[in-house]
Amino acid sequence: MSKAPRDFLLTDLAGASHAYPTKRASLICFVKEDCETCNTAAPVLEAFKKAHESTIDVVLIAQSGDANATFAQRHGLTMPVLDDTSCKTAFEWDIESVPSVFWIDEAGEVKTDFEGFIRADWEALATDIATHTAQAAAQIDWASLPEWRPGCGSKHLDPTIYDKLRAEANDSPIRARQIDIATSDDVAEFMFDQGFSDGLPLVPPTPERVMRMLAGTKRDPQELVATVPPNMGEATVEKIAINAVMAGCKPEYLPVVIAAVEAACTDEFNIHGVTATTMGAAPVMIVNGPIREKIGMNSGLGALGAGNRANATIGRALRLVVRNVGGASTGGVERSTHGNPMKFTMCFAEHEARSPWSALHVERGFDAEDSVVTLFAMTSGPVHIVDQNSRSPHDLAGTLGLGLDGALSPKMRNLPVDALLVVCPEHIDTLMKEGPFSKADLRARVQEVTARPDADQSVDGALRGDKKGDAPKGAKFASEDHIHIVVAGSEAGKFSSAFYGWVSGATGSTSVSKKIKD
Amino acid sequence: MTTILDPTDERVPVERQVTTRTGSLAGVIGLLDISKPRGNVLLDEVEQLLAKAAPGVSMRRYAKPTYTKPCPDALRHQIRDECDYLVEALAD
Repeated sequence: MSKAPRDFLLTDLAGASHAYPTKRASLICFVKEDCETCNTAAPVLEAFKKAHESTIDVVLIAQSGDANATFAQRHGLTMPVLDDTSCKTAFEWDIESVPSVFWIDEAGEVKTDFEGFIRADWEALATDIATHTAQAAAQIDWASLPEWRPGCGSKHLDPTIYDKLRAEANDSPIRARQIDIATSDDVAEFMFDQGFSDGLPLVPPTPERVMRMLAGTKRDPQELVATVPPNMGEATVEKIAINAVMAGCKPEYLPVVIAAVEAACTDEFNIHGVTATTMGAAPVMIVNGPIREKIGMNSGLGALGAGNRANATIGRALRLVVRNVGGASTGGVERSTHGNPMKFTMCFAEHEARSPWSALHVERGFDAEDSVVTLFAMTSGPVHIVDQNSRSPHDLAGTLGLGLDGALSPKMRNLPVDALLVVCPEHIDTLMKEGPFSKADLRARVQEVTARPDADQSVDGALRGDKKGDAPKGAKFASEDHIHIVVAGSEAGKFSSAFYGWVSGATGSTSVSKKIKD
Repeated sequence: MTTILDPTDERVPVERQVTTRTGSLAGVIGLLDISKPRGNVLLDEVEQLLAKAAPGVSMRRYAKPTYTKPCPDALRHQIRDECDYLVEALAD
């Protein structure tokens, strides 16, 4: 299992450069100061050096920074001890543990390589070198040495170092421009100054963090996921991963963020308009399917609020992609009159186990076992709908309907605008207490209780074009299709919530679902 | 020193200069309605005023399918090919 030696240029303890290959045969050993087995091997290597220095090069490649000198001093080493504290050479030579020994002939062919300290291997090596050089073998008291000692893990396999090395390697999947931040600059402040932030601190997207993030998906880092308005910036998997790091995501969240970016950048969802409108819309993201449990999303207590990393950072990552890749900065193309906190993040999972109905993604044509993200463009929410008194499904459904009555403005009727009703578990129990109560029943009740045949009605001119005629006179919504229903929340509390939409349909935004792929 | 990766699309915007002003109006003026309510009313007025102020120019009317989305490429190219100037009306 010979490994191919790679060229290197390293400096010794005195700062002199040493290159490989040379024209001579070489004995190269990777070592670490705090490795007991390396300390066992060091005197043996020094003996090899003394015996054969006239014909071969013996060098150590050491990983321990300032302690390299300590190691050399401890064993009275006279060969070059080369500094590989960055572990770049260890990474390129693809070693696993130290000591790792390579006996390489003048032509660059690895004659012998092994790891750790197996005395028989080292004795055989002594014989091989003696034969090759036609010199007397090094004088070593083999009996005084242990028969077998395992090596220690090479320092470059430490995850933080390894990911950095992978990011910097020639075959690195990283293509994004690298930005060096001077030591005198504060990284967090620098990122604020560059306009990367939504107003909250960001996690610095170092190459090693982005490498780890990319491990969350099987997709090629350079795969183009979407072009992001308004600048039509190219959101590759890598660019999305960079923004996901900044948002605070774990690698396992990345597939959800990618699917969300895909959904947002469709013509149907129209993230350009959602971002640019003075009305203050934002994507509301609902996750369904097995991935909710897998990545620890919250669909229960406080699902619509703070405290869950997946919910918070997945929603934020989408916003950061739109900001940084799409170029939608607040005051630039982002122009809402008031804005709203959903522009930071708004993402939650549906509480499928507590829902008596088909889950949102199943209702929208997916299999129950699919993991799916659905995006709605919403201008406000969550607005609480409190009902602790209703005991019958009819009464409670009426309350939930009236809770939607204020969407956009109480004066607006026949709205061709989406609303999203998030029903809490206790309200579900009341709705179901007399038998099945379908989503269609609930939608019909919404239209019934909001009908205002004689009200002073108005529909905003901008929305008039989508008006339909199938609703009760003066009903809140132009069609029951605009009323979307999911279940979330804790077991305690008779508090449901509503989100009010933006311009829905072809002239504005249509909700979009995308399957989440590995 | 910390190294981070650029989260943006890394594109450098093309710098465009404002077209030289000639002090007179000639050629074709496009009037683009972005399809916000009453945009047509505004552009009717603008068209009348321009017709009076610059009798020599001709005018063409265009409309975006919806104000919420960027102008479709085909329409942008058509306007570019057919007009010397464009007035875009934002109204409500």
